[in-house]
Amino acid sequence: MMRHWLALALIGLGMAFFPACRGDRSQTDLTLAGSTSIQPFADKLAEVFMEKRPGMGVNVQGGGSSAGIQACKSGACQIGMSSRELKNDEKDLFEIVIARDGLAIIVHPSNPVRGVKLAEVKQIFSGDLRNWKFLGGEDREMTVVTREEGSGTRGAFQELVMGKTRIYQGAITEDSNGTVREIVTHDPYSIGFISLGLVNEQVRALELDGVVGNEAHIRDGSYKLVRPFLFLSRGEPTGLAKEFVDFVLSDEGQTLIRKEGLLPVK
Amino acid sequence: MNRLERNDRLVRLALLIVALSAISILLVITIFIFEQGTPIMFKYGLKSFLAGREWYPSEKLFGLWPMIVGSLYVTLGAMGLGVPFGLACAIVLTEFSSKRVRSVIKPVIELLAGIPSVVYGFMGVIILVPFIRETLGGPGLSVLAASIILGIMILPTIISISVDSLQAIPPSYREGSIALGATKWQTVKMVLLPAARSGIIASIILGMGRAIGETMAVIMIAGNAASVPHSILDPVRTLTSNIALEMGYAAGEHRQALFATGVILFIIIMILNTVANVTASRMKGTKR
Amino acid sequence: MRINPRTEQKIVRVVLWALTGITVAILFFIIAFILRKGVPALGWDFLTKNPVDMGKGGGIFSTVVGTIVLTAGALVIAIPLGVGTAIYLTEYTWEGPVTRVIRFGAECLAGIPSIIFGLFGFILFVTKLKFGWSILSGSLTLAFMVLPTIIRTSEEAIKSVPLVYRTVSFSLGSTKWQTVTRVVLPSALPGVVTGVILSVGRSIGETAAVIFTAGSALRLPTSLFSSSRTMSVHFYILAREGISMPNAYGTAAVLIIAILGINLLTYYLMNRFIKKYS
Repeated sequence: MMRHWLALALIGLGMAFFPACRGDRSQTDLTLAGSTSIQPFADKLAEVFMEKRPGMGVNVQGGGSSAGIQACKSGACQIGMSSRELKNDEKDLFEIVIARDGLAIIVHPSNPVRGVKLAEVKQIFSGDLRNWKFLGGEDREMTVVTREEGSGTRGAFQELVMGKTRIYQGAITEDSNGTVREIVTHDPYSIGFISLGLVNEQVRALELDGVVGNEAHIRDGSYKLVRPFLFLSRGEPTGLAKEFVDFVLSDEGQTLIRKEGLLPVK
Repeated sequence: MNRLERNDRLVRLALLIVALSAISILLVITIFIFEQGTPIMFKYGLKSFLAGREWYPSEKLFGLWPMIVGSLYVTLGAMGLGVPFGLACAIVLTEFSSKRVRSVIKPVIELLAGIPSVVYGFMGVIILVPFIRETLGGPGLSVLAASIILGIMILPTIISISVDSLQAIPPSYREGSIALGATKWQTVKMVLLPAARSGIIASIILGMGRAIGETMAVIMIAGNAASVPHSILDPVRTLTSNIALEMGYAAGEHRQALFATGVILFIIIMILNTVANVTASRMKGTKR
Repeated sequence: MRINPRTEQKIVRVVLWALTGITVAILFFIIAFILRKGVPALGWDFLTKNPVDMGKGGGIFSTVVGTIVLTAGALVIAIPLGVGTAIYLTEYTWEGPVTRVIRFGAECLAGIPSIIFGLFGFILFVTKLKFGWSILSGSLTLAFMVLPTIIRTSEEAIKSVPLVYRTVSFSLGSTKWQTVTRVVLPSALPGVVTGVILSVGRSIGETAAVIFTAGSALRLPTSLFSSSRTMSVHFYILAREGISMPNAYGTAAVLIIAILGINLLTYYLMNRFIKKYS
């Protein structure tokens, strides 16, 4: 009796380890992974997509843009999501721009400071400017919040604002837009950067060099902090991945994107 | 041998293989982590890795020193809270409470152990962090916040093992002391605590191990700034948070650096656990 | 200056009780806080509907399913391995170098922090073995995490079965295996089950290892290879990113209630076990 037991157990274990037994997942299950900035939007798009195509599953994971790029390269996901431009050694992936997004510098709603110069932002995040009084605010030390190194948002921020200067080490580091926003919501002396599409009534986005961050100003180029939202895949997408990408780029998908606060590609 | 004996032998062999699973898993994990993590340590030099003060993976700077100090401060802070409170509870539970009271407090402590770490972290964010920020200054996300929450989290560990060691002391110790005219507290202070010393030390060391290994709660309340904290109100990043924050990475040297962080963590915890186990078994050895 | 020992004791008593009181109060505070803020969000809909809009709306059904499936998967792997190890250690061998090595392995495994398990699981299961973020990866990782607990509690349980049960069984002509499966294990069952329940409690609250192996997909899992979100992960994400505080509290309330229930169950079983053998 026990022999049958053991045999069954071994067969069971063996089956679990045979990739062949999983079947071809790409036909029924699509996985996107990467940027936490893109994640909520991709999730929304996935929700609508799955209503149109019942039976097809779309999974959206976070992890950060760099993680998404790696996951796409290694095949752990079919579509990688990146909220920053690809670096040279990542350029072998197929890129599709699905939307554009601004970067907002946010502060607590009670903060008297309403606008800031780009150069000042750089000084704040490099640790050279530490007190709100230098910007016309209270005499209090700033709590600077940044994203983790693998973040596309941070990558974009680094590229567009900091240039070669490092973000200083004493900055609070969190691993998603939402978390940064949460911190700024509760700390009156904090400052951070998040996706423009994710700004809500609980934080205030600063004017940059006198320009308010919104769709019009991004389009005409006066608001400088803009980055692309990218879908990545190894080679051109096929099967379910292609269907999803087509949906995202379609009028319906792009309308949804605009409704959610991003800039459509066209 | 007959069929029954042969079957028994087979069973024995099968079970041996199963039993070796625990140690083989441990081996696999150890080998994996070390295999992924050690090459980079040697490439950049152990010294620059452990003592380097700058962590900028995008620039290939992998200095772990701020995180090592961070883990150390936070753990010491946690012990500062956990040990007095934990020992007090253990003593009260074993020496100063009636059976009824004990039957209430003990389940309560065990419940404390069951609460998920993310809930602890959450409570820290909602209640502790704003409080620190408003009354003491700084961002609130700090060494202090992390120490307090971790201190609470390791209480069950310290309490349950200390209780076990105190309860393991033969009643004759207590009786003899009382017979000599000592008060209960004098008995505890001068007889029981020294007798339970190894067990209590073991519990403290295990508590330390738990504090060092905690990740989720710390990420939520410590601020994760990769710099050496200069005061308890400064934000801090621990070795565990370092791994968790940037893990999605799996990218070449950065990935290896995170594994290397894991190696350091692993070694520290292994040392702590072995020391704890050794002291604990010494406790069992001195029982008469 | 010598303090009168009686006075010293009085002072110390107050201090000790104060510290203990604070400890107990902290626990009650946490539970009361979560339940008070979270219970209003609970309801049939909350528990049976899936999350909508990244968790801002809808319920937590898929996360409940995810939690159950992941835990069940972990147990399916850990119970045979753990109980088997315990049986081997107590019934089939004597105290020697082999048992010491096995025990050492289990002890060490118990001390490894969950993030290391997460790291290991991510690299081995998710990446190298290409299981991806999946229930399979998550269950395997969780199984390794709870294995030491199951081994330890099963060993205790089996050891407490009186010797006489075994000798009687042998004298009736049974083989060792028959004795183990038909006499010892059934008697040790409450103790073993206690260990299983403890492991369930641990898995439910586990976040670090799960997030990196099972991922955080919000959909109802469709296969072993689907990614799935557990309640702790869901709570973590909701709370961290401020997606929906009421829902976060609600999820936490469900978690706390589940843990409370598990602890009560453990007590009940342990008492039954103790009564059996005292």
